[in-house]
Amino acid sequence: MAYSKKVIDHYNNPRNVGSLDKQDDSVGTGLVGAPECGDVMKLQIRVEDDHIVDAKFKTFGCGSAIASSSLATEWVKGKTLDEAMEIRNVDIVEELSLPPVKIHCSVLAEDAIKTAINDYKSKHGQAG
Amino acid sequence: MKTPIYLDNHATTRVDPRVVEAMLPHFTEDFGNAASRNHAFGWVAEEAVEQAREQVAALIGAGAKEVVFTSGATESDNAALVGVAEFYKEKGDHIITATIEHKAVLDTCQMLEQRGFRVTYLEVDEKGSIDLEQLEAAITDKTTLISLMAANNEIGTLHPLKEIGAIARKHGVLFHCDATQGVGHQKIDVEEMNIDLASYTAHKIYGPKGIGALYVRRRKPRVRITPIIYGGGHERGIRSGTLNVPGIVGFGKAAELMLADGPTENQRIRALRDRLREGITREIDFVYLNGHAEFRHPGNLNLSFAFVEGESMLMGIDDIAVSSGSACTSASLEPSYVLRALGVGDDLAHSSIRFGVGRFNTEEEIDHTIRRVVETVSRLRDMSPLYELAQEGVDIKSIQWNAH
Ligand SMILES: Cc1ncc(COP(=O)(O)O)c(C=O)c1O
Repeated sequence: MAYSKKVIDHYNNPRNVGSLDKQDDSVGTGLVGAPECGDVMKLQIRVEDDHIVDAKFKTFGCGSAIASSSLATEWVKGKTLDEAMEIRNVDIVEELSLPPVKIHCSVLAEDAIKTAINDYKSKHGQAG
Repeated sequence: MKTPIYLDNHATTRVDPRVVEAMLPHFTEDFGNAASRNHAFGWVAEEAVEQAREQVAALIGAGAKEVVFTSGATESDNAALVGVAEFYKEKGDHIITATIEHKAVLDTCQMLEQRGFRVTYLEVDEKGSIDLEQLEAAITDKTTLISLMAANNEIGTLHPLKEIGAIARKHGVLFHCDATQGVGHQKIDVEEMNIDLASYTAHKIYGPKGIGALYVRRRKPRVRITPIIYGGGHERGIRSGTLNVPGIVGFGKAAELMLADGPTENQRIRALRDRLREGITREIDFVYLNGHAEFRHPGNLNLSFAFVEGESMLMGIDDIAVSSGSACTSASLEPSYVLRALGVGDDLAHSSIRFGVGRFNTEEEIDHTIRRVVETVSRLRDMSPLYELAQEGVDIKSIQWNAH
């Protein structure tokens, strides 16, 4: 299978790989997927004044899964929580030119963003 | 050293230049139809075919008259299973095979089940080995055929052909062996092993694609099969269709080279394979061997790199051609059924890479591969949440994952 240039670029130069302290009150963590399905994403955000000021990811998965989560961290940075909630998997599909069999990677990335935001919110007594 | 490096010799092999050379005249001057009985073009073609038949037969200790040329091992498997099932259906309706056989066998068995035949699929242990007692216990008075492969194409595990053949013979059941990966790489002797039918193909032994053979025993017992392809009555009516003369000649040459060089070549290949395994496992931890450690195809190395997904591995080692048991590399989105049958967890199946060392690989290529694999696994583990959890001492199985 041929990968798009953007997928290859994210795979070779993943943005924002790493971890934030998940105990930290300003950090929200999303861990989604399952090892037996072949993809697990961990996406973390640091929030200040309702804005996402930093984001990190680690992903176990194919190149498209790595690229989707790498792109997700790029996109959430600088956004408010509400704005980040608006990111949809189809935008990721389009940006990375993912083929149909890889759409689930983008779904997982969207899930990871939402789960991370909800984790942050629940730490701050807001309903997720 | 040229890249990309080809380490996928179970998928197919490069045609040996000596094979190409033997084939070439049969595209140009000697292009005749082997069935043309009344001119020199036909005679030359027929003679070339008969010489190749001897060479192909010799590779498995068979007689030339027992070899039928086909389009490849897929067709040979189909012809053997359907042919025996149909021909002997008055005697019985039961076939025994194993869960890790090639799809050419398994899918044919499924089709036969739809036609009313019954199939027992033997399970294998964690190394891919069948239990001979289970095999024997599965035989009934309705069993006509046992179909078990020589070497497994994914994990390299060998079935004990001699023991299987003895059991089959004892019970008067025919034994078909898909010897596709085995021929040339291990000793296969149809007499010593009591093999009644065998499938093999040229393109796994440095010959061309699209040409295979089916061995059908002629004496003690004389095996009969109902054809699956009808037409001009070629190959004694067992397989009609104009013979692929250049392909057959190439297959013959490839078999001849294998017979002559196989034993020494296999030692070299095994040494390279072991070097690859040792080089990788010396540098990185959490690497698991799939299949049997010793009773194994000499060129096969199947490893699971825990915490790293197979397709992302392939993308990282993009100057090396290998294959993965990960779902992502198949159309089905299911990880390898062979690894599943061994009880390898789906997570490790997704992390598996199959290396297939062959005739044209060099030590330099192996060392380069070791470096690239080690680099890539390290890089991908640095970005793997599963590796991070494992480093923190978390048991990944204890986490409640959301399977999707
Ligand atoms: C064990 C086994 N059987 C059958 C086949 C099919 O062979 P062919 O490609 O000649 O049809 C293969 C090759 O993939 C194989 O490895």
